[in-house]
Amino acid sequence: MSQKISLHYDIDGKDFSIAGEASSSVKKVLKQLGVSPEIIRKVAISMYEAEINTVIHAGGGAADVEITPDRIHVMFSDRGPGIADVALAMKEGFSTAPEYAREMGFGAGMGLANIKNNVDEVKIRSALGEGTTVEITVLI
Amino acid sequence: MKQVFHSVTLDSEKCKGCTNCIKRCPNEAIRVRDGKAKIIKERCIDCGECIKVCPYHAKKAITDDFDRIFAFKYKVALVAPSLYVQFKDKPDVNAILTGILDIGFDDVFEVARAAELVTTATKKLMAEGALQKPVISSACPAIMRLIKVRFPNLIPNIVPLLAPIELAAWLAKEKAIIKTGLNPNDIGIFFITPCAAKVTCAYAPIGIESSLVDGSISMKDMYLRLLPVVKRIDNPKKLATAGLDGIGWAKNGGESSAMGSERHIAVDGIWNVIKVFEELEDEMLDDIDFVEASACVGGCVGGPLTVENSFVAKTRIPKVLENTELSPSPYRWSDVVNEAVKWKTPIEFAPVMKLDDDMSVAMQKLEELEEIAARLPKLDCGSCGAPSCHALAEDIVRGFAVETDCVFKLRERVRRLAMEMVDLEGTSFGQGRKKRKQ
Repeated sequence: MSQKISLHYDIDGKDFSIAGEASSSVKKVLKQLGVSPEIIRKVAISMYEAEINTVIHAGGGAADVEITPDRIHVMFSDRGPGIADVALAMKEGFSTAPEYAREMGFGAGMGLANIKNNVDEVKIRSALGEGTTVEITVLI
Repeated sequence: MKQVFHSVTLDSEKCKGCTNCIKRCPNEAIRVRDGKAKIIKERCIDCGECIKVCPYHAKKAITDDFDRIFAFKYKVALVAPSLYVQFKDKPDVNAILTGILDIGFDDVFEVARAAELVTTATKKLMAEGALQKPVISSACPAIMRLIKVRFPNLIPNIVPLLAPIELAAWLAKEKAIIKTGLNPNDIGIFFITPCAAKVTCAYAPIGIESSLVDGSISMKDMYLRLLPVVKRIDNPKKLATAGLDGIGWAKNGGESSAMGSERHIAVDGIWNVIKVFEELEDEMLDDIDFVEASACVGGCVGGPLTVENSFVAKTRIPKVLENTELSPSPYRWSDVVNEAVKWKTPIEFAPVMKLDDDMSVAMQKLEELEEIAARLPKLDCGSCGAPSCHALAEDIVRGFAVETDCVFKLRERVRRLAMEMVDLEGTSFGQGRKKRKQ
């Protein structure tokens, strides 16, 4: 089916207080579409984690959401420093979060692992100095 | 179960059709149509925000008339602890309870005592590890309905126990049956309520099929009846049994204190609660065990049917206890109570925000909604009767409104029509005038 809803959100860098706004509005949309609570939960948790990552590590970026009747696909893209070793970053407990972020309770190294546990597919493409894209897919 | 009754209602005569309530409703459940506010029943959670904000007192909570108690042979009053702190001069629980007997009730039952039993049962469940953390208190019915319509993912976190009022109703009824030997239908259980949300519970209860509460009397009404009576009482009967753990429930934070957990948060005010729930839903708050959430600022003392300023009322809680001689309670936590307090029917998600049952139709409507929203002025002025431009767009795709309900869109349309008329005339006004001058 070609039916598709596309949503775009800019993620402001360094502002923790508004991280989660994209996740919130996507939740609202999914509730209007009648998507099941379990799917909404997966999308909300993984989107929030990815948003926080974009704020902490990359100084902001964007989230592009595509909703089709069978899946929710979100692509987070940033022009931050990039991830040196994607496999290592996926490990629970691994974190390169700066001190100020850790002081605020972030940077426990659970972000990417938590995303992985809540979605059906996660694809990370990154190169040092060129930014990162994190694509998550949750099947409906 | 479809909820048909709501305590929060509109007095059409008094309604001016202004935008105060539509803006303040946390669930976008009110629209102004034909100059009067209309409540969308499926969305209303009876939080009472509109009652508090309406400058014309057109929003009200339907409660039962006091005289209804006389339809029963034996009448029991369930007294919420928030009533105790309404009295300025003599905040003595024994005097207040004695006063309630003097004005026509046969017995009283302290909801605060039931609250203590609920705390004991909650602690037990938490110690057994039977609850999903963070555990959310089930005490405030407006919050329960908020979760029911908007936060389905938090349903498993709710303490699956009856609110103190329902447990109190059950204990009071059992006690009255044993004491009087009357047919249960001849025993009337009336709650003295600080809010609309609890009135609705008598008709659409939470956690059980049908409520044992026969009616709810407004705290304002009871206060006026009790004030002269309580003043005259010199030798009150020794009826008070609930301590701080129970009476503390009158304010937000009281239940948490009774729980004794350090990892708790007490959130009051429906907007604050919504913000915290959004965060809980995203699993942003992971270091909390217990969440006490009250729709009203201050907790029950801030209810729309209370008399005293909630900030003053809160400070009276310790004073009330100083002034009151407590008796040992005959109601203790037991296996019977433990079973009675458990939910019999779980809360079910009511997806009231859904645009259509068929997801592909819902997607079409959502696309249309976003297109319309992009055309609207985004001033959220409320003149159309919807709380925001986005809500108007939603109403349009649902078929309840049209684009020209927006005054700015209407003005554009009128201007365009005027231009068309000029065109039809074949000449513009300006040129016409010039011609005449020649």
